[in-house]
Amino acid sequence: MNMHVTPQHTPAEKALIEGYHARVGDLPGDGMVTIKRDEAIEAIKAGLPTRHVEAWHYTDLRRLLTTVPAAATAGNTSALEPLLAGSTVLHVSGGKTQAFPSAQGLSFMRLSDELVEGRGLAALGPTDAADTIGAINTAFVSDGYGVEIAEGVELSAPLELQNLHNGGQVHTRFGVNVGAGAKAVIVERQTGEASALASAITTLSVRDGAEVMYLIVQEQPKGSSHLGQFRATIGKDAKLTVFIMNAGGKLVRQEIIVDAAGEGCDFQLRGVNLLSGDSHTDVTMVLDHSVPNTGSREVIRNVLTDRAKGVFQGRINVHQIAQKTDAKMACNTLLLSDDADFSAKPELEIFADDVACGHGATVTDINEDHLFYLMARGVPEKAGRGLLVKAFLAEVIEELENEAVIEALEAKLDAWFVLHG
Amino acid sequence: MLEIKNLHARIADEGTEIIRGLNLTVKAGEVAAIMGPNGSGKSTLSYILAGREDYEVTEGEILFNGESILEMDPAERAASGIFLAFQYPMEIPGVATMEFLKVAMNAQRKARGEEPLKIPELLKRVKEASGALNIDMAMLKRPLNVGFSGGEKKRAEILQMQLLEPKLCVLDETDSGLDIDALKIVSDGVNALRSPDRAVVVITHYQRLLEHIVPDSVHVLYKGRIIKSGDKSLAMNLEENGYAGIIGEAA
Repeated sequence: MNMHVTPQHTPAEKALIEGYHARVGDLPGDGMVTIKRDEAIEAIKAGLPTRHVEAWHYTDLRRLLTTVPAAATAGNTSALEPLLAGSTVLHVSGGKTQAFPSAQGLSFMRLSDELVEGRGLAALGPTDAADTIGAINTAFVSDGYGVEIAEGVELSAPLELQNLHNGGQVHTRFGVNVGAGAKAVIVERQTGEASALASAITTLSVRDGAEVMYLIVQEQPKGSSHLGQFRATIGKDAKLTVFIMNAGGKLVRQEIIVDAAGEGCDFQLRGVNLLSGDSHTDVTMVLDHSVPNTGSREVIRNVLTDRAKGVFQGRINVHQIAQKTDAKMACNTLLLSDDADFSAKPELEIFADDVACGHGATVTDINEDHLFYLMARGVPEKAGRGLLVKAFLAEVIEELENEAVIEALEAKLDAWFVLHG
Repeated sequence: MLEIKNLHARIADEGTEIIRGLNLTVKAGEVAAIMGPNGSGKSTLSYILAGREDYEVTEGEILFNGESILEMDPAERAASGIFLAFQYPMEIPGVATMEFLKVAMNAQRKARGEEPLKIPELLKRVKEASGALNIDMAMLKRPLNVGFSGGEKKRAEILQMQLLEPKLCVLDETDSGLDIDALKIVSDGVNALRSPDRAVVVITHYQRLLEHIVPDSVHVLYKGRIIKSGDKSLAMNLEENGYAGIIGEAA
């Protein structure tokens, strides 16, 4: 007997699907884009991923995404002070791009224009049924910026991409192409003033010989769900350093998908997760070393208080031709509460035979010898513990070797400790 | 200034008694040397004075300026004026040395009800003290003790001691791992702190350090007790004849 089984949708799934049908007419895009959006929503109709889907094993999205706010976001937000003084700021408010700044060596476009002017398919990229964040974003994406940094340009001021909102839903994309031999420091801010559902995808192309430091600072308000995806390809002899700080949100999934695609390229990932309350934060990285002679190093540091849960999944794929790959990954966690929990899943898939790859994961407490030393100098216990927790995180920040960046990120740490220390 | 009376202490975890009825008095202005063979309890004594929780005092008393310190935690002892220069200073990644000096100095000032030092005044004090110890400012930007050579670590300890201006300085094997030049710099740093209202306890294995920091009294520690006390000639006697004779006498 054949029976057609309609899956029972969760309230969140229902809200997404019904919300899509109500909104699709207002979303930017030509007919081809709408077809693509329809395909994407079909993937959601099949159900959000559960822990039975390996990539979502520690973040059962179907269970954890309990509410989806109404789409509308109330009013505009004004741009924030940039993280790094003097930055060129591009500001998205409630899913809408604002005026372009003027800056030499940079050219800008709007995703909403691309979508309506027939270049939308290229902007949205290929569809992958297993890519849930991609599907949600493709279905609902309203706007975002494309940025082109011309070949050989060394940006004198950092570029800051701000994705801000006043609650509701925001679905945005950034696309950045860094031309061959160019150099740039780019900051991406994900934050808002009220609880929201945000999906944010960034596509970064680092062309041959270019050098990019890309900082993602996620500070979504309490109760927010943040689904982030960062995709990068790195060209020949190019260098990409990504730093990610998660210090907000209730349900956070940040995917980092990187292809070390050019010989002699280097990828560095540093991450700091500051997790508190009842939040659930998942950083999932998939890194491909797809050509010979590439290097990468990933260090993730986590501090958890209260009942926070954290996840790091790091997968390094070393392709068969990728000889001389040098890849190291580490994930270190400080649990400051008995009720906090962290899961680390490092994976190496190595098909080449002449490589140096390794990974390690630790969960520790404050080092009592270090604490004794600080106290023996008169630092009271509570202050001493705070200093050591901060030091544990500052260590990865200080590896960034850029004074302004280190100072700005340590100020963020301090601000977090004032609230949660 | 420091009175230790019939002190008994053991390792908190497993109960082995290390200090077994130790008596010692050190007056203000005095430099007292404590010598003894390996395993006699020298480092344990220094840790107990600083308040390390790994050791448990089971009997006896430690009075500092007439008041018991046994109920005080290490930070309170430090703020009251006790300083331990570690034999093996801890490397603490992520804490810049300069930042640490600022936090420690101001924590002690706060505990004493004093205003925190303003940055220019702090820098001035650190620069002055560092110069005499041959410590360059670049070293102070590095994480505390991380990657410092043995000599740099010991000089950093003395720098902290000078900046924190303790009343009782306890130096645990400060000479270990130092070459002659570094030994001279470190000793000069300690000697600069000698004053009528400050006491110094120098714990050492060898007489060599005592040629540079000349003690007023010398005490031999063996199996957790002071078995002989004398003046600096006792240290020279030990250098020539070793501990065996004195241990034999005491047994």
